[in-house]
Amino acid sequence: MTSFTEQSNLIMRWRLLKDAVARYGVAIGGMGVIVAITLIMVYLLFVVIPMFQGASVDKVAEYTVPYPEERTLYLTMEEHADIGMRLTDQGRVIFFNTVDGSLRKEQLLPLPAGTSVTSWSAGTPASRIMAVGLSDGQVLLFHHHYKINFSEAKVEGGKPVREIVPQIRFPLGESPLRLDDRGRNIVRLAVESGEEQTTLVGLAGEEIKLLHIQRETSFLGGEATLTETRASIPRSSRGAISQILLDKEQRNLYVASGRDDLSHYDLFEKDAPDLKQHLSLFGGDQQLTSLRFLTGDISLLAGSDKGQVVQFFPVPEHRDSSTRELRRIRAFDDLGAPIQDIAPEYSRKGFLAIDAEGHLGIFHTTAHRTLLTENIAGSLQNVAISPRADAALMQSDNLLYFYDIHNEHPEISWSSLWGKVWYESYDEPAYVWQSSSASNDHEPKLSLVPISFGTLKAAFYAMLFAIPLSIMGAIYTAHFMAPRMRKTVKPSIEIMEALPTVIIGFLAGLWLAPYLERHLPGIFSFLIIAPFGLLLAAYAFHRLPGNLRHAIPEGWEAALLIPVVLLLGYLSFSASPWMEAVFFGGDIRIWMSQELGISYDQRNSLVIGIAMGFAVIPTIFSIAEDAIFAVPKHLVQGSLAMGATPWQTMVRVVLLTASPGIFSAVMIGLGRAVGETMIVLMATGNTPVMDMNIFEGMRTLSANIAVEMPESEVNSTHYRVLFLAGLVLFAFTFVVNTAAEIVRQRLRKRYSSL
Amino acid sequence: MNSWFKSGQPWIWLNAGAVSVSLIMVFGLVLLISVRGLTYFWPSDVIDATYMTPSGDTRRVIGEIDAVETIPRVQAADSGYQFEEGKEELTRYLLKTGNRDVTGADFQLAFADFLTDISYPEDLLVAERHEWGNFYGFLLKIKENGQVVAEGEQARDELEKRLERSTELHERIKDIQKGEIGAINYQMEQLRLEKRELELEKELTAEAEQDIEARRQALEAKYRVLEGKLEDLYRQNQRDSMLAETMSGRQIEIPLAKVVRTYYPNNMGLIEKTGFYLAKVWEFVSDEPRESNTEGGIFPAIFGTVMMVLIMSVLVTPFGVIAAIYLREYATQGPIIRTIRIAVNNLAGVPSIVYGVFGLGFFVYFLGGNIDQLFFPEALPAPTFGTPGIMWSSLTLALLTLPVVIVSTEEGLSRIPRSIREGSLALGATKAETLWRTIIPMASPAMMTGLILAVARAAGEVAPLMLVGVVKLAPNLPLDGNFPYLHLERKFMHLGFHIYDVGFQSPNVEAARPLVYATSLLLILVIVALNLSAIHIRNRLREKYRALEGG
Repeated sequence: MTSFTEQSNLIMRWRLLKDAVARYGVAIGGMGVIVAITLIMVYLLFVVIPMFQGASVDKVAEYTVPYPEERTLYLTMEEHADIGMRLTDQGRVIFFNTVDGSLRKEQLLPLPAGTSVTSWSAGTPASRIMAVGLSDGQVLLFHHHYKINFSEAKVEGGKPVREIVPQIRFPLGESPLRLDDRGRNIVRLAVESGEEQTTLVGLAGEEIKLLHIQRETSFLGGEATLTETRASIPRSSRGAISQILLDKEQRNLYVASGRDDLSHYDLFEKDAPDLKQHLSLFGGDQQLTSLRFLTGDISLLAGSDKGQVVQFFPVPEHRDSSTRELRRIRAFDDLGAPIQDIAPEYSRKGFLAIDAEGHLGIFHTTAHRTLLTENIAGSLQNVAISPRADAALMQSDNLLYFYDIHNEHPEISWSSLWGKVWYESYDEPAYVWQSSSASNDHEPKLSLVPISFGTLKAAFYAMLFAIPLSIMGAIYTAHFMAPRMRKTVKPSIEIMEALPTVIIGFLAGLWLAPYLERHLPGIFSFLIIAPFGLLLAAYAFHRLPGNLRHAIPEGWEAALLIPVVLLLGYLSFSASPWMEAVFFGGDIRIWMSQELGISYDQRNSLVIGIAMGFAVIPTIFSIAEDAIFAVPKHLVQGSLAMGATPWQTMVRVVLLTASPGIFSAVMIGLGRAVGETMIVLMATGNTPVMDMNIFEGMRTLSANIAVEMPESEVNSTHYRVLFLAGLVLFAFTFVVNTAAEIVRQRLRKRYSSL
Repeated sequence: MNSWFKSGQPWIWLNAGAVSVSLIMVFGLVLLISVRGLTYFWPSDVIDATYMTPSGDTRRVIGEIDAVETIPRVQAADSGYQFEEGKEELTRYLLKTGNRDVTGADFQLAFADFLTDISYPEDLLVAERHEWGNFYGFLLKIKENGQVVAEGEQARDELEKRLERSTELHERIKDIQKGEIGAINYQMEQLRLEKRELELEKELTAEAEQDIEARRQALEAKYRVLEGKLEDLYRQNQRDSMLAETMSGRQIEIPLAKVVRTYYPNNMGLIEKTGFYLAKVWEFVSDEPRESNTEGGIFPAIFGTVMMVLIMSVLVTPFGVIAAIYLREYATQGPIIRTIRIAVNNLAGVPSIVYGVFGLGFFVYFLGGNIDQLFFPEALPAPTFGTPGIMWSSLTLALLTLPVVIVSTEEGLSRIPRSIREGSLALGATKAETLWRTIIPMASPAMMTGLILAVARAAGEVAPLMLVGVVKLAPNLPLDGNFPYLHLERKFMHLGFHIYDVGFQSPNVEAARPLVYATSLLLILVIVALNLSAIHIRNRLREKYRALEGG
């Protein structure tokens, strides 16, 4: 007996154990699944958030400048930020290790005896061309170069160690070039040098001198001939010249003088420089302290004594004008003290700026963003940024600071994503999506506005098509249709919800779009004549003799109308070529572009409206039909009993009661239209234009992701922006669907109380 | 009339019209796809006619009439033709003339007005080829090693015989290439990885190296034998060729090794055509694609779709069911659970591309990248799981269809009458036992419905797959004879993506279009069948519970 109880106790315990295991197992599993689902949102955020975080800097080292007794003219770094380069006023080029300041190599420039360095200039940073102006009117051009050896002897972690050997080269020979024939000091200097031409502009005394050297290789032999052009550039103001800048095309020359005056010369003809514009950069109330090109040499960055940096670039003088003038585009946050130096990034449109009180600022121009301001030292004089924009070198009196920069996504800000941005070479601020570009000079343009607009446009036309059809259909099916017919009609429309959208998209792109292009008048004439034709048919039916009319049971009107619709459709479309010939001179597309100025794409919004409308009709129809059908019958019967016609009952009682349900149906349909990918991808041209024209295409968020995501580099800004596009879609549909769901649940509660 | 308007009848009719339009669109779409998809395989007659060019010259054209359209006269103005006065609409044919290797295009437009002397010669030959599309023309001679062996009537019989031989040779070549050589290549790659793994773990002893080298040698020897065999087969297959005349009168020689099949459409009876039709349908579902997917079959796409959906089902069912049971049976019903339910419901409405983005970022790059670091360091930098593949596709779609399964299962659970639960508990069963023995079996049809709906959705979904695993042409199926047989990291082909790719990315869209219709039809059939069965199960389920509640 005891053994039996013991055994049954054991079994009981085992059963309870199983019960507990199941309870916890299911709870953990269930919650796990729900957590996994929420993970989607969290992960999208996790990828997106780094874009909006600012930059940060870490101090790596601080050391005394090599050769502290000499003044620094210019600081720079090579590609890997391993080696720094410093040019001093004694004509000494010093290469040092950036991590500890130890000397790598040091070399005095071969200056002619008795001369000293009186000015210097650096060409576009990526070219590493430099020049020094001498006290005897000559200029020495040089080029710092880094040779990379992979020595097989030293191997670390399976890879050979790279060794960088800095070198100085003289592309035009070691002897200086004479810029001023009168032998005066070259006080200011600008240089650019390329494969074929070199331009030097320098201030000697009160005169601006230009020397242009053209290298031409004859077709037959490999011998190069050098052609020299000299010119004197007319001064446009009396103020002391503080800086001369020459762009890398050797075409535009900027001369800063006085407090904040700037003159722009066109050097298209090197022997006859042409003054294009003269302007005051700060309107006279700030003093210009530093002037640099932004990468690409189109924009100028001007730093002032109030600590502000302002961006300028040439734009058309006024609408439709072909001449361009320099205009103030945007100003960045003040650093506080006078700007000492500006260092533009090599490949992005960002820059570093330092002020006299030792603040470092990291900015991005097109995003109009201040990524960081940090106090580095008591005062700063020079700053250099590494070509990969991941390190900075700053000089404060005799000390050098070496910092790591973490600044992955400076080009993204709220204003660059959602606002109008004035890009370089654009006539006016614009919304542009252009994620890839041919060269570094043109930055990717990542405004989400055109593609969000495209998304809404596509959804708008789809809803324009789908809402009337599906809601009218739902009204009829739920309220007037014979139950037997409803039993087949409802599932057959609903099953279309499961139709793969790739099939709809394929038909829309390859069948509907060419068909509509050929039968454009047909679709419009169908839209016009269909309602009248239907009414006419209805009236004709109404006038039929009674016995014939009653032979058809009530609620089969839809079936009766099918041949009518087919006939109307056939008439409109077969008359389409005739209409096109008679009314539109044979080709409606040409007619539209000439008479109305509307351009026509084959894959356009009309096609999208019809195709995507078709895809959302089942969704809206099904939910709206359920809502109308669920209106309590006693309401309907009460209304009819009071003498209202069936249609009055429909409009004033049923629709009113079911309206929240219909609203939620429309919302869910909208959610589907917004997120639909394949139809838009296949049936539009996918061009990100912003235009409500029904005959033009668009690019939507979803199609954009599908097109660009596979090519996007992991964790790049582009990749994260695409994730942001996904997040926007997610948030939009989630909000819309939640609103619909809440409305629907309220409705359910109300019905149950009725 | 006025009273008729007042009665509101016209509006009811208008609403009825909306239903009619919707129905016409729905059935019209299915009809369109069915007609175009089904007629693709039918061997239509080929016309032989004279066509006048704008300059008045005449030219012979041979081809199938692919489409007929009516266009306004103005749009044909720049064609150079002088049309009859007063005729505003013109009929234009799209002729499939084939012979892309000769003319450079598969299709040609022709105005009906200038197409004369249309005939249907019985000896007109159509040859489907492995490359360059169809050939249309007349058979002249059969050659063996460059020597004519048959001419005229004889040539037709000879062609049939010799084509059979070359088809067989072609099959054998394919078997060796795909099967045996494929296996050797796979094993060689495995050897390379094995060696690299030992190297990474610093366990590559001279002994192991020798062993691997010996195995590699053995494989190479095997490979050389096969290569010899292949070469021999190729040589044999080059023996025969046929000489044929095109519509321009040019004679071209086509090696039989390049011919898939030949037929004389104008000489075929209804029964012959039906037989041909069925053979083509079979080829379509069972064969591999040719000519960058625009010809041949779609077997790899069918296989990939089925495989992906199967793996997805295995993943989604347990998780979906557990989550539903938790939400309905274990969790305390309150505002939190209500919110979760709404959220889960809404996830079904989140655009599929968002799941694709998530799948690419989280599964492929994050999970896959880490798996590669941990388990497949020998293959790096070439990714194993850190690249889109069938496993990540299945997982992504499992996540996408999870809400469908949860909602459907929950609905099934909520329909089970309380009395059944209480009865079971009253008899002393624990909650787990009640669930396992009564509730789950009763709710299983609902789970089935959910799963079927999930499968139907997954089978038709393309957008997320474009990011996480499909390719236009996968060299290997995810399931093959090489250990471990199931290759979850491989990329795969998919019916839906096939439609997108062939319809929009292929170089010869016009020629490929009928194939896309056929693929669409197949996909629609599968999905409609799945949905109908789900609806059927659901209806049966409802009736069953109605009976339970009543009794």
